Amino acid sequence: MSNLMSGAKILLECLMREDVDVIFGYPGGVTLPLYDAMYDNPIRHVLVRHEENAAFAAQGYARATGRVGVCCATSGPGATNLTTGLVDAMMDSIPIVAITGQVTTKLIGSDAFQEADTFGITRPCTKHNFMVKNLNDLPQVVHEAFYIAGSGRPGPVVVDIPKDVFQGQSHYTPVTSIHLPGYKVHTDGHAGQIRRAAHMMWEAKRPLVYAGGGIIHAEGSSDLRELVETLDAPAVCTVMGLGALPADHPNYISMPGMHGSYAANMALTESDLLIALGVRFDDRVTGRLAAFAPHAKVIHVDIDPAEIGKNRAADLPVVGDLRRVLPKLVKVLAELKPTEAAANHESRQNWKSRVNGWKQEHPYDRNTAGDVIRPQHLMAEIDRLSGGKAIVCSDVGQHQMWAAQLIRYNDPRLWINSGGLGSMGFGMPSAIGAQFARPDKLVFAIMGDGGFQMSIPELATIASYGLPVKMIVMNNGYLGMVRQWQELFYNNRLNAVTLDCFPQAEMLAGAYGIKGKTIDKPHQLATAIEEAVHEPGPFLLNVMVSPHENVYPMVPAGGAINEMVLGQPKPAPVAGD
Amino acid sequence: MLQVISLLLENKPGALMRVTGLLSARGYNIESLTVARTTDPELSRMTIAVDVEPHLRKQVIKQMNKLINVLQANDLTEGPSVSRELVLMRVRAPMEARANILKEAEIFGARVIDSSVEGFALEATGDSEKLDEFIDVMRSYGDIDVTRSGIVGVSLEPRKLRLSSPVTTRVGQAAAEARN
Repeated sequence: MSNLMSGAKILLECLMREDVDVIFGYPGGVTLPLYDAMYDNPIRHVLVRHEENAAFAAQGYARATGRVGVCCATSGPGATNLTTGLVDAMMDSIPIVAITGQVTTKLIGSDAFQEADTFGITRPCTKHNFMVKNLNDLPQVVHEAFYIAGSGRPGPVVVDIPKDVFQGQSHYTPVTSIHLPGYKVHTDGHAGQIRRAAHMMWEAKRPLVYAGGGIIHAEGSSDLRELVETLDAPAVCTVMGLGALPADHPNYISMPGMHGSYAANMALTESDLLIALGVRFDDRVTGRLAAFAPHAKVIHVDIDPAEIGKNRAADLPVVGDLRRVLPKLVKVLAELKPTEAAANHESRQNWKSRVNGWKQEHPYDRNTAGDVIRPQHLMAEIDRLSGGKAIVCSDVGQHQMWAAQLIRYNDPRLWINSGGLGSMGFGMPSAIGAQFARPDKLVFAIMGDGGFQMSIPELATIASYGLPVKMIVMNNGYLGMVRQWQELFYNNRLNAVTLDCFPQAEMLAGAYGIKGKTIDKPHQLATAIEEAVHEPGPFLLNVMVSPHENVYPMVPAGGAINEMVLGQPKPAPVAGD
Repeated sequence: MLQVISLLLENKPGALMRVTGLLSARGYNIESLTVARTTDPELSRMTIAVDVEPHLRKQVIKQMNKLINVLQANDLTEGPSVSRELVLMRVRAPMEARANILKEAEIFGARVIDSSVEGFALEATGDSEKLDEFIDVMRSYGDIDVTRSGIVGVSLEPRKLRLSSPVTTRVGQAAAEARN
């Protein structure tokens, strides 16, 4: 089976064999041959309005489905514009493949028009990257790229392809196998370690499941649930792991960390065994590392050996894929239950009620009183309409934390946010990707007035594809999170945080031919969000909220996570970062 | 003490950059780096000497082992190993000093690889500290030009090389299913 084809067609052929159904991209000079080949190819191309958003949209697609998302950009500025989206995918371990055009091979290094060293620039932004200088290597490389992106700890991969490689003709033979001798994918987990882990769990008096994005990547939610229920232990899910355990599950506490709940942070601090599953002990979770979970032994299961012991030493490391490790762990745990569960049963029950006591003592602030809309009220209304089932794509900032705290996610892949890199401008384009991936789902893009203004060009994408994304702007007239820090730690010397010009939302949306509305009274909120949700097409809802609201609880930078500031008034200033 | 890392990696464009990028991204300064093809022309062996805080050394090795092009990364400072360095040196030698220079060179096991009326070109190998001394001694005879190769090292423990097996693509899987 072989026939003469152009490089561009060969690329598309390989993409189809990887089951790619949509590419988020933006064309340019050197990708002309590729776009010409796409003209009569069944893969759908979605034209975004900026390459950065192509990468974010590909991520939205990947995060909503677990499949590899694909984006495409031209050489030079096209490729450099992708980089934020690539680093973002790297930080959150999201599988995407980015195809970039490159100038013709004989012009490489000549400072040709729209030439940039994409291979060099994207090297530290990716899990791996390729430059294909020989058309014969192309099929192999494309399949390697998808394999690397989607396997092991997922991540972004760039394939840089010069124009003449797109244009060249070659006999295409489908690639049936690839060989990457140095790429080690750790899968099964050591059986002895798994057994020891199960023993430790029954021996613990105050066990706590600390679940992260790894559970989502591994499709491990039902196994996690079984583990939590077998052990009857409380559980926290990190900002990357929200929905790994249903928010409505009785054992679920909340998100831990800098803006995590009082109960989650107290549970981490008082626990005697952390069952850390697919987490990386990120500084936003641990606060001051030396004071983090001071009484706990740590079982750490992760697919990436470099995560074990990186921030916190593991008493019992298990290197493996949670997809394989979790079922085994659950099985051994259940096996040992009849003989081992009784010993500390009472302690564990006391522990659970202690945790529940903390939950009741300091729940999240959900107060909706007052004559201005509180951000918490907005999130509560979105939560009401979502019922734990909608996809919520968040931007970065205060609204992100409130959306993480107050909206329930009862399934994995509903909460989509830029957790590690914290890229503003992520919310709307990731919602575009998520809506293409899941046309059946209600998709919210929740943004601040800052992040929204980074994404305004994508209103055109949403309008032209008629995507029914519900864009909710939590508008407080500030870069709220920065304002919060300036207020609390920089003597309220507010600088460069006031967003005093914001477009009139109805007119802005109307200019794109979509519906928009601005509200500023609490009594308008419920009906306005209902209107947005019931609108068959896109909707831009600009919600004016109380401008000085801060996110609490808050662990000041460098603080231990049990030293939370639970609300105004101000804590003593500490050195911030 | 410097960390000496030995890597076996694929001889591919960018592979060197991936390894050095890992170090530079963390702000580490590479003291020396050598790289050359192995008996298998598709593979290279690299030795890096780098100043890494002791508690981060394991993390650096783990991160290197994650690189797709790296087949194996070992910390030579962790176990028994030997390392050597090569020095090439031009030393100006007036007639009256030539005999002494040659005598000193012999003490350090250095070889003369070129001789002219201006002086000698010398070659010496050894561990880095010994070569430091050799350079100091030769400097006492006058102007010298020195090029050092950087450390090359080899572990004295047999290390098992674990390589991944080929993976079947979706095309391959479909073909296999069709055959069955």
